[in-house]
Amino acid sequence: MAGQTDNSTTAGRPAWLAHLIRGLWQENAIFRQLLGMCPTLAVTAALKPALTMGAATTFVLVCSNLVVSAMRKLLVGHLRILMFTLTIAAFVTVADLLLQAFLPEMSERLGPYVPLIIVNCLIIGRAEACASRQGVWTSLADALGMGLGFTLALCILATVRELLADGALFEIAILPASFENWNVMKLPAGAFLTLGILLGLSNHFLRKGK
Amino acid sequence: MDIVGHLVIVFISIALVNNLVLTKFLGICPYLGVSRRIDMAFGMGCAVTFVITISGTVTWLINNLVLQKIGMDYLKYIAFIMVIASMVQLVEMYVRKFFPPLYESFGIFLPLITTNCAILGTCLFIDLWGYGFLEALVGSFGGGLGFTLVICMMGGIRENLEWADVPKALRGAGITLITAAIMTLAFMGFSGMIK
Repeated sequence: MAGQTDNSTTAGRPAWLAHLIRGLWQENAIFRQLLGMCPTLAVTAALKPALTMGAATTFVLVCSNLVVSAMRKLLVGHLRILMFTLTIAAFVTVADLLLQAFLPEMSERLGPYVPLIIVNCLIIGRAEACASRQGVWTSLADALGMGLGFTLALCILATVRELLADGALFEIAILPASFENWNVMKLPAGAFLTLGILLGLSNHFLRKGK
Repeated sequence: MDIVGHLVIVFISIALVNNLVLTKFLGICPYLGVSRRIDMAFGMGCAVTFVITISGTVTWLINNLVLQKIGMDYLKYIAFIMVIASMVQLVEMYVRKFFPPLYESFGIFLPLITTNCAILGTCLFIDLWGYGFLEALVGSFGGGLGFTLVICMMGGIRENLEWADVPKALRGAGITLITAAIMTLAFMGFSGMIK
């Protein structure tokens, strides 16, 4: 315990920077750890909802990591999982109401996938693995890294799918009109297929790098 | 007779046409994680079906009879997740007391059902579609059965995939996702059945 608090208070910039980068790439939630798959597949038919979802998830992740880390000494036994879930549910309610107020269209489009952030295993996983053991600043850096990495992966997936399904990015046509739209990319089958192939590619290249 | 017919349609719709896993992307984590062997997949499916049916019904009651009456809709998500977490706890205690061998074989997966998005997702979709009480009951049961069906099919396919020569980079999650894509294409055949 002493070693861990020591780590979070004395370590300067490089430590939190390392946390940030680790979440962004080396331990990327989607490509490396396969966490949070449900929203990944459901909202990546186009870039806009993917970006909104990434932002909402990052918001909830940062807030809940901060709160969990601040009260980590009070948490005991298996009741802590319940506390994590309730904290996350409270912040998801906040995020949902904010979306309804400021981005009503997007809120409509994402529908129940916003409340489903509650059961995104990425968030509860970080609360358990990092926030309940580390100091506030380390948890913040970790949440930001993981959240941004998650957003990045969502955007990569959405770019591929929107480009192939509509020949567009952010609803602006990119490919010439003669491009035959791949309708299957908009459907669930396209989501599974794209993620499977992207996983294969990332495995292939990362292994080569080593 | 009319009511029965309608309920049958609700059941088929949520179990096959709008399958939770393949069209709504709910419960992907156990779908990828627990589907390595068909018997484990079946056990998981049964546990999920049980929890889904109870929590789908109970959350409907709480939402429609309590929260909406007193105008506290915004507590919906917190109430839903509380119900699910306590249901899972209840199931866990019951199974441990009365079926110890089953409890042993489930291991870590039983508590993990709480964070299975299929369950919360079903409760949310039932709320979104404005189902009545009987529809909620039948719908959540159908959703659970649909999940069991799909995860068992995946278990069967993956048992055979063990012997196949899969490219190195695609082994594990990659090939499972591609299999899921093909399965989704097959399930699209059901889409013309209702409406």
